[in-house]
Amino acid sequence: MADVFVDAKGLACPMPIVKAKKALDSLQPGQTMEVHTTEKGSMNDFPAWIKRSNHELIEAKEENGVFKFIIKKG
Amino acid sequence: MSPQENQKEKTTIILFSGDLDKAIAAFIIANGAAAYGHDVTIFFTFWGLNTLRKDQPVSVRKGFLEKMFGKMMPRGANKLSLSKMNFAGIGPKLIKHVMKKHNAPDLPQLIELAREQGVKLVACTMTMDLLGLTKEELMDGIDYAGVATYLGDAAEAKVNLFI
Repeated sequence: MADVFVDAKGLACPMPIVKAKKALDSLQPGQTMEVHTTEKGSMNDFPAWIKRSNHELIEAKEENGVFKFIIKKG
Repeated sequence: MSPQENQKEKTTIILFSGDLDKAIAAFIIANGAAAYGHDVTIFFTFWGLNTLRKDQPVSVRKGFLEKMFGKMMPRGANKLSLSKMNFAGIGPKLIKHVMKKHNAPDLPQLIELAREQGVKLVACTMTMDLLGLTKEELMDGIDYAGVATYLGDAAEAKVNLFI
């Protein structure tokens, strides 16, 4: 179970990343966040965003058109 | 300390255009960069300054030319025209409708979000003078500066855009 859940389904770019960033800011290092989006660019956007940060992408998957990410704060 | 904290990356954007579509693009990039943890600055010059105008008329003493400019230019983010397919104002209405349908934030929301994320908005004072715009007519809480400030920020930024 992630420490915080961000439902960004139905939101358009750049909102999923912006919402995820806000939620991540509220966490302590080591805590995790789960994000769900339906924005089609997400499968590229989230890994690109995390790669440039000191956070860690634990999981990225698509289920029935919903993109699901688990991110650990660094 | 993390690499991010001891040296924050920077993004600077010059918004020269007063077109709605270009302003939306500028603010989407600014918000994205802020979410990336960058220090983001948008410099508004020439027609781009109209994005920052308050939507209500502000009474300030001005010369004739400045008054005419003020009347002819769009008053704020909600009044901008499209660079293509403007169709005398129907285009912007259409694009706003489509954006709402897609749950995309409109320009005033993008500006609000950018300010929440700490994006620095800087109005170019030289072009404000040229177009006859005063501080009272622009939104509160923004910065005012010239080319040296822009270059100071841009020289440290890896992402520099002119829109």
